[in-house]
Amino acid sequence: MTTTVRPTGTRPEDFFSVGAEIRDTKAPAGPIEQKWSKRKFEAKLVNPSNRRKLSVIIVGTGLAGGAAAASLGEAGYNVLNFCYQDSPRRAHSIAAQGGINAAKNYRNDNDSTYRLFYDTVKGGDYRARETNVYRLAEVSANIIDQCVAQGVPFAREYGGLLDNRSFGGVQVQRTFYARGQTGQQLLIGAYQALERQVAAGTVAMYTRHEMLEVIIVDGRARGIVTRDMVTGKVESFFADAVVLATGGYGNVFFLSTNAMGCNVTAGWRAHRKGAYFGNPCYTQIHPTCIPVHGETQSKLTLMSESLRNDGRIWVPKRAEDCEKDPRQIAEADRDYYLERIYPAFGNLVPRDIASRQAKNMCDEGRGVGPKVGDARRGVYLDFSDAIGRLGKDGVAARYGNLFDMYAQITGEDPYETPMRIYPAVHYTMGGVWVDYDLSSSIPGLYVTGEANFSDHGANRLGASALMQGLADGYFVLPNTINDYLAGAPFTKVDASHPAAVEAVKAVKDQIDALLAVDGTRTVDSFHKELGHIMWEYCGMERTEAGLIKAIGLIQKLREEFWADVKVSGVNEDFNQTLERAGRVVDLMELGELMCVDALHRRESCGGHFRAESQTEDGEALRDDDKFLYVAAWEYNGTAQPPILHKEPLVYESIELKQRSYK
Amino acid sequence: MNITLRVWRQANAQATGKMVTYQVKDVSPDMSFLEMLDLLNEDLTLKGEEPVAFDHDCREGICGMCGVVINGTAHGRGDSPVATTTCQLHMRSFSDGATIDVEPWRAGPFPVIKDLAVDRSAFDRIIQAGGFISANTGAAPDAHAAPVGKLKADRAFDAATCIGCGACVAACPNSSGMLFTAAKITHLAMLPQGQPERYSRIKTMIATHDAEGFGGCTNIGECSAVCPKEIPLDTISQLNRDLIASLFKKDGK
Repeated sequence: MTTTVRPTGTRPEDFFSVGAEIRDTKAPAGPIEQKWSKRKFEAKLVNPSNRRKLSVIIVGTGLAGGAAAASLGEAGYNVLNFCYQDSPRRAHSIAAQGGINAAKNYRNDNDSTYRLFYDTVKGGDYRARETNVYRLAEVSANIIDQCVAQGVPFAREYGGLLDNRSFGGVQVQRTFYARGQTGQQLLIGAYQALERQVAAGTVAMYTRHEMLEVIIVDGRARGIVTRDMVTGKVESFFADAVVLATGGYGNVFFLSTNAMGCNVTAGWRAHRKGAYFGNPCYTQIHPTCIPVHGETQSKLTLMSESLRNDGRIWVPKRAEDCEKDPRQIAEADRDYYLERIYPAFGNLVPRDIASRQAKNMCDEGRGVGPKVGDARRGVYLDFSDAIGRLGKDGVAARYGNLFDMYAQITGEDPYETPMRIYPAVHYTMGGVWVDYDLSSSIPGLYVTGEANFSDHGANRLGASALMQGLADGYFVLPNTINDYLAGAPFTKVDASHPAAVEAVKAVKDQIDALLAVDGTRTVDSFHKELGHIMWEYCGMERTEAGLIKAIGLIQKLREEFWADVKVSGVNEDFNQTLERAGRVVDLMELGELMCVDALHRRESCGGHFRAESQTEDGEALRDDDKFLYVAAWEYNGTAQPPILHKEPLVYESIELKQRSYK
Repeated sequence: MNITLRVWRQANAQATGKMVTYQVKDVSPDMSFLEMLDLLNEDLTLKGEEPVAFDHDCREGICGMCGVVINGTAHGRGDSPVATTTCQLHMRSFSDGATIDVEPWRAGPFPVIKDLAVDRSAFDRIIQAGGFISANTGAAPDAHAAPVGKLKADRAFDAATCIGCGACVAACPNSSGMLFTAAKITHLAMLPQGQPERYSRIKTMIATHDAEGFGGCTNIGECSAVCPKEIPLDTISQLNRDLIASLFKKDGK
């Protein structure tokens, strides 16, 4: 429990201190094409007969966690796998729609490992680590092979071969997909491989268990503390290494496209125990989501950005038209603002730009749809031109399932009236800092998938999240963690070890503290308020004054939370309010660090737009001289500002350029 | 809208449950059914009462974690032509002043944990019994090594869309898990990669299905009618064909 707040201030420097620079020490020297082979060869091995004497804890069962648990189980390690859901098949990777990139060049359109690498670094606005991204592109082709062998039903052509489509502004067709349910099919593939290992006895599966603390012994991560979400039992588990594959923290904004249970607790607890947190402010805000309908809304739903290929985005020219039926607004009174501002790319500008302009239109008072709070937050996505050109059937053939989904959620028929869309948070590029081996700054603690920071820089390209999760889980971690495990056996640890006793006590103390407040406000009311603060000041556009204000508001919110939250029930029960309360505690602390990170990075890059750093035309302006680094934050207690460690980004293979879409 | 809810309340697996009536006021027609339950829970919390426990996660109809019986129908589709999960059901489907009954999945193999939340781990154990293709990481041939005809690929996909929510079991008078099992059997049986284990998988999965306490299939079809992913009933025919064929296979022990 933490009620102390950090010092306040008026200048960015008041909110952090600067520590020593850090470097990734694991990527070997040499040409980028050879680094991964070299690293795999140099990594120490563990003899198959020794693997069964070693154990690995993996938290999370999504693409990164489930794939790693299955693969390490197959390799012969004893795996303990945890998830908060009732089955490993529920992890939120399942909700990804569009596809997964792989440099297969099955279309003979000049794709290559290097091109996928190049596109991903550029898409990330030159804020990702070259070595990690190259490896991601390199193993991408193996992922497709592996998934097909598992029976993942990718879309196929009549000849029986795999189909591809293009995605997110890339000029080649390298995206493999399974209708609009690619994430589901990939996850079910990993889940089946995982259940096969459960049956084989190599993986012990703990569902409805939430990790609440990491146990560090002699400087190494050796275990975790979990709460059994059915009985409330707080228990410690031990292993030779710990892997966090716990997803992103978009729920810091309350409303996001994340599942309701997604949280930052595992990563944040590791951060509090010494793991650096990388680039927390890099958030991806997706432009085509169904708008908020009211204060009681619990989550947002994404619709594939492919809709922007045929839909035209507009708002009324005059604010007084915003209440009208859109069909009654004359053509001359509509502002197709993306086509107006970006004649070359029009409605197909990148995600970050489309999102920010939608916000600008609504800030001008020209948003549409129902008022939520005091503003209308929506813009039209109009298919009437497309219906005129292709016919209703033609549009239905391309987008039928998306139109049905829209109709089911909003009760409106998008064939008759324009859709309303608005940006929503859906991915966090930041996460726990890791090196080339995916090891955090705590020895023995590995972090994979969205939970780490490494591959997407300041902006993630479409169809890259599934690629990273499976690359980490199937191919990267299983080839790097052995280098660490070869150093085992480590000191024997059990529940009586002082570090374990201390960690269990910390968890129980926090639970008791949450139950003891017995105030007057619900957990959700605090979570929503945090979300409003983050969305307003650390969302699509950030300013120095706004971020400083937000930090103050979050500190105040944290104090109020610990004074006035109401958590009903007891610990020894299936207590969903208690679960949420613990998550909100960590999200509030993380939110503050996100604001500090956004405040210190006085440049715009990718999804991070600082109003102070823009071109004359209002476009994002990077500052490579000052900010060409990863911000890795060290926790320094609740009463001290966090410490910034810079990891300089070195671009040897790719030349830095400014993005332009005009 | 104002709604009267009659909700199943049960403190834990051992306790006796009962229906309890609540009034929920100021419900917006745009709210999802689960957001309406959130509203009830916020209200109960402020009154110092225990909120209603229910499982949910993605709230976009794909994770399979949510699911309650609404007015007697699993996921509450009722007479609507649109298949749905509970999270994608919206309050505009109900009229103002309606009384709505909300119950957990009721089936022996799915014991109640609390209120509306049930234990569906039996489904995981059916998958463990053979619902996979044995392909270790790193051992895969090139993805184009084995083409799959589009019709079979599409049929495999249709079956693979199962989200494992358990509505099929809740809707079945026999509490049969046959549609769930058949979806996986059909998915893997349509693919060349699934052939080597095709006739052993079906025996072990059916044996586990029965051992977990699920009932047999008597071709009623309620399962498919409530399935949010509209898994077709003919997957069960496929399962039966493969099961009979397996009896004549030496290697399908």
